[in-house]
Amino acid sequence: MTTEQDLAQASLQAILQTHQNQPGALLPILHDVQDALGFIPDWAVADIAKALNQSRAEVHGVITFYHHFRTTPPAQHTLQICQAEACQARGSRELTAHAEQVLGCSLHGQSADQRIGLEPVYCLGLCSTGPNIQLNDKMVSRVDAAKLDRLLASVKEAQ
Amino acid sequence: MSIRLFVPRDSAALALGADDTAAALAAEAQRRGVDIELVRNGSRGLFWLEPLAEVQTARGRVAYGPVEADDVAELFDALIQGAEHPLGHGLTEEIPYLKNQERLTFARVGITDPLSLADYQAHEGFAGLKRALSMDSAAIVQEVLDSGLRGRGGAAFPTGIKWRTVAQAEAAQKYVVCNADEGDSGTYSDRMVMEDDPFMLIEGMTIAGIAVGATQGYIYVRSEYPHSFDVLNQAIRLAEDAGFLGENILASGKRFQLEVRKAAGAYVCGEETAMLESIEGKRGVVRAKPPLPALSGLFGQPTVINNVISLASVPVILARGAAFYANYGMGRSKGTLPFQLAGNLKYGGLVEKAFGLTLRELLQNFGGGSASGRPIRAVQVGGPLGAYLPESQFDTPLDYEAFAALGAVVGHGGIVAFDDTVDMAEQARYAMEFCAIESCGKCTPCRIGSTRGVEVIQRIQKDEKRPQQIGLLRDLCDTMLHGSLCAMGGMTPYPVLSALNHFPEDFGGAGE
Ligand SMILES: Cc1cc2nc3c(=O)[nH]c(=O)nc-3n(C[C@H](O)[C@H](O)[C@H](O)COP(=O)(O)O)c2cc1C
Ligand code: SF4
Ligand code: FES
Ligand code: FES
Repeated sequence: MTTEQDLAQASLQAILQTHQNQPGALLPILHDVQDALGFIPDWAVADIAKALNQSRAEVHGVITFYHHFRTTPPAQHTLQICQAEACQARGSRELTAHAEQVLGCSLHGQSADQRIGLEPVYCLGLCSTGPNIQLNDKMVSRVDAAKLDRLLASVKEAQ
Repeated sequence: MSIRLFVPRDSAALALGADDTAAALAAEAQRRGVDIELVRNGSRGLFWLEPLAEVQTARGRVAYGPVEADDVAELFDALIQGAEHPLGHGLTEEIPYLKNQERLTFARVGITDPLSLADYQAHEGFAGLKRALSMDSAAIVQEVLDSGLRGRGGAAFPTGIKWRTVAQAEAAQKYVVCNADEGDSGTYSDRMVMEDDPFMLIEGMTIAGIAVGATQGYIYVRSEYPHSFDVLNQAIRLAEDAGFLGENILASGKRFQLEVRKAAGAYVCGEETAMLESIEGKRGVVRAKPPLPALSGLFGQPTVINNVISLASVPVILARGAAFYANYGMGRSKGTLPFQLAGNLKYGGLVEKAFGLTLRELLQNFGGGSASGRPIRAVQVGGPLGAYLPESQFDTPLDYEAFAALGAVVGHGGIVAFDDTVDMAEQARYAMEFCAIESCGKCTPCRIGSTRGVEVIQRIQKDEKRPQQIGLLRDLCDTMLHGSLCAMGGMTPYPVLSALNHFPEDFGGAGE
């Protein structure tokens, strides 16, 4: 019987294979692993280190340096709200406060039902039409409290 | 004959519902039995009008916007005839915001289908590359030198000088690295080039490779730009298949290969040496200079590192000649810069103009004043490490030297406007906090100083021993300015001190 772990292990091996001869392959590998598994599990670090002939500490150091990589599973949905200046100038602080209130958590936290993770993001490159958010893979501009509530309701309904 | 309609595929248009608009147009056309061809073009950069739908008419393209999916049924009749409508703006090219620009680098953006090689070539695409292939390396470098092009990523270093250094270096392998980390808030011109005219960047990098003798290029794209990453990869494949890139470029015997690398959400990796570390698979810690990356860069080899806009400006320089480009601009700021109007402005968007117009002209004539209708109180130019300018400085011309004289920077051309509800002490606190979050940790003034800076400003905000704390803040800024290895720590004082000096009332009135 194949367990979930076996499947994950197989996809990790395939990823390592793909990047075998690529110079400076660590970031591409970490991206692929996170895209496939949602995060970079501890057990994968040893295999990645071995494939690249590096120490686990080195690989771990790289993972923790970059904000994008995570070592724990994400919530079912991720809401990122842009915190950077151009969105501040258009009301992102108020929008963030609203999100924290309706989700019952602060930035870097998860909603009480643990279904939505709330994260900061520093610019999505949509700076003329903020406040901007990203909900899972979708970026949305000109988001006010009412629009955010609608978007959150739509992902909650989805499952 | 089918009617040609255009709905952009640029991220900014997508975030405002362009895909829904496109789907609604296709459905409406089918329902009515109207034969349409729907082109997904780039964005014109007039973001308050996105999603901007256009129709091709005998007179030219006619614009409607913002067109949401719900508007489509009612708009459709007018749209397909290019007729008048409350959402209509007449001929796109005649919209003053667009007509009053000098689009050299952005000449094709919004007009073409970003992934159509035929469109690209029909609009002067690859003319620069073809000319470069007929020249020797030194002549290409000279052309870039003569154009006066300076780095658009922030530091404004002459691009031709950098290229000459790499061209003259002896090495078996050299690299061209494009800095597409575009982390500055208020900027998106790199993103637009990558999504809306990717062949231009590919052409510019290929010319750079030929000029300096590099056969491998990397484009380091921030992870917040997934569309850019996808479009570039598709464009590279198309260019290779058509012989514009790869083993034997246009049968010249010259070789240049490109790989796109995804960053991982660290602002400091936009600093060129941190970026090299990141591409090599390491933590994005800044390297001490020397050695210059031009001599010992990626994997220790001579490397040209340029911003997206610097490289994207090269094709037109080669195609039209250095003098054509250098005729735009003022003083030592030659050519044009795609300014990005962002934040609290009524008409936010991309404005490519020759250097030399004033900040006020950008804010008023293009930006239309604040979006909120309140007075504009402060404008941050050049990203999170750029100074805040008060109203009294709005008549400064956009010119590298004029801004430097104010202790400000033009940087990557991001213009972020704030209205009079802004709290400048809070903006200063944020600047320190951003530095604390993003510091690579290599040097103490930046790593520790920024965290201390946040605490000190918080005390000022709470009115705890305010005069002493302001003195402390100034000392701290001084240490960061002079003791930091790179501009992350070295320029964070720009927004902080400009806020304190120009808006002392927000700090309890104890400014200079
Ligand atoms: C903290 C920091 C972040 C930077 N971010 C970027 C960036 O996102 N894009 C960029 O082109 N240059 C950035 N730079 C400037 C680069 O170090 C470098 O000057 C530039 O890529 C050189 O290209 P250019 O000469 O074409 O401007 C940054 C510098 C610092 C100190
Ligand atoms: S100034 Fe900051 S970001 Fe730059 S090298 Fe020093 S610690 Fe790193
Ligand atoms: S854990 Fe990365 S932003 Fe919160
Ligand atoms: S500052 Fe929010 S998208 Fe750029």
